Amino acid sequence: MQLARRRRRWGEGVVKGALALCALVSVATTVGIVAALLEPSIEFFREVNPLDYLTGTEWAPLFEPAHFGVVPLVVGTLSVTFWALAVSAPFGLGAAIFLSEYASPRVRKVLKPALEVLAGVPTVVYGYFALVTFTPFLRSLGLEVEIFNAFSAGIVMGVMLIPTVASLSEDAMTAVPQALRDGAYALGSDKLKVSLRIVVPAAVSGIVASYVLAVSRAIGETMIVLLAAGQLAQNTFDPFKAVETMTAFIAATAQGDVPTGSIEYKTIFAVALTLFTLTFLMNLLSIRLVRKYREVYE
Amino acid sequence: MKEVVIELREGRPRGRVPGRLFLAYLLLSVAVGLVLLGWLLVDVVGRGFAWVDATLFFDPPSADPQLAGARPAILGTLYLMGLLVAFTVPIGVGTAIYLEEYARKDRWYNRLLEVNIQNLAAVPSIVYGILGLAFLVRGLGLGEVLLAGAFILGLLVLPTIVIAGREAIRAVPGSIRDGAYALGATQWQVVGRQVLPAAAPGIATGTILALSRAIGETAPLLMIGALTYVPFDPTILGEFTALPVQIYNWTRQPQEDFKLLAAGAIIVLLVLLLAMNAFAIWLRNRYQKRW
Repeated sequence: MQLARRRRRWGEGVVKGALALCALVSVATTVGIVAALLEPSIEFFREVNPLDYLTGTEWAPLFEPAHFGVVPLVVGTLSVTFWALAVSAPFGLGAAIFLSEYASPRVRKVLKPALEVLAGVPTVVYGYFALVTFTPFLRSLGLEVEIFNAFSAGIVMGVMLIPTVASLSEDAMTAVPQALRDGAYALGSDKLKVSLRIVVPAAVSGIVASYVLAVSRAIGETMIVLLAAGQLAQNTFDPFKAVETMTAFIAATAQGDVPTGSIEYKTIFAVALTLFTLTFLMNLLSIRLVRKYREVYE
Repeated sequence: MKEVVIELREGRPRGRVPGRLFLAYLLLSVAVGLVLLGWLLVDVVGRGFAWVDATLFFDPPSADPQLAGARPAILGTLYLMGLLVAFTVPIGVGTAIYLEEYARKDRWYNRLLEVNIQNLAAVPSIVYGILGLAFLVRGLGLGEVLLAGAFILGLLVLPTIVIAGREAIRAVPGSIRDGAYALGATQWQVVGRQVLPAAAPGIATGTILALSRAIGETAPLLMIGALTYVPFDPTILGEFTALPVQIYNWTRQPQEDFKLLAAGAIIVLLVLLLAMNAFAIWLRNRYQKRW
């Protein structure tokens, strides 16, 4: 009896090759992004000293004389990110604890998709809401916010990021073995103690990963800041003032008809490279942290 | 002994006040998001409902808000959807099949592929716009056309489709594969005739959700020149605009009427997204199997 196949099936190899080719598209995307960013950026740094770029505190690439200090853009980005995290970190964690430890399966089944809707609303809609509704609302409360300001954009963005933080944190909490909770209850702990002293510490790498991801999203978010935070590169952490973020600069500058090869054109790429490097490092950190909690219990 | 019990009883209520405060904080956490969502919806509908009319659907944009419509933008969004389905779905599902069914997990290049896809899923959307600007619009000389927009949005949601596809494929139990192999099926026969049909509802659900994300994207389209006055119906190789870009454009106009019109366009966009999501949920409930 001969069980081994006599005839080779070429079709099988072709299928495997085609599928591998599909997988290569995503590799090509990454290579493409890096290549697209690097070439004009290198040209940019031939004209502008990288040290001046990274430490310069004045950003005026379109003026005469031009200044290419990226610090105001980074300050603007961090200012908005701070307010976004100030909302999404505590409330995202709270929502995750509620869903994972307190909610009954029925409540969970309704609440979880309802929260996910927040993540499904297009960012341009949040931008509209921040500019047209939220900023005037803040003014009606007596806060002296400018029409464009970092605070309004940051708060609205923070609410948008709640489900991002909640779902990743909740995954990590669900991965904590029931035996740990049961052990704590047997020792007389109440739900508060079990949540805060057992589940949260055991899930901490997942929670941190969700925060890192939220920061990465906030840094890369464009439409909310473009509409609501303004396009005025100011070196200020004052939340009620207008700022310009890296993403807002890129989007606003690319809207004009920028000639290929001009210094303006290269500036877009240099700022985008800065943005990409920042978010790339945070994403790797987040992926690494998520792996960590998965390894412990599986 | 009795004193100890009394002591324990007296000790308990003290623990309850922080417990209640904590629960209040948790409920507040859940409520914050839902309240803002409700506020946003009520606000947008209140402003824009009167502006959702035949003019909005069937007329081109105009400098006069009373006459302006979003016909080219709505058509542009529909065309983008069609093109996305045509080339992102096959590539995304192919990648998912490769990673789940063919790739050996112990090979470094397969692990790299996986990390690469996870990372791409978190790259800011505006960076994809940069890719489009550098290679498609300027590099290839394709120009600021609809096809370039579809390519960019396609690459943007590819990781989402791959991740959803992998989950659906992974949910098919190994016993189905083993049964088919035992009957003498080849690997592709197992995948093509058993695994894929069983995973199809899950893949479809994930794909529709990914598409609805792509449809709401604005920033990458701004980068490749979708912010432009297009009074005519779009073509694949012509200038174009899309619904989110139109919303952005109207929102930043100084006239108050344009902001109301933007709210009308937001209603149209949200209804479209809601319909897609409802369809995805219906698909999942109708065809999902439990093994």
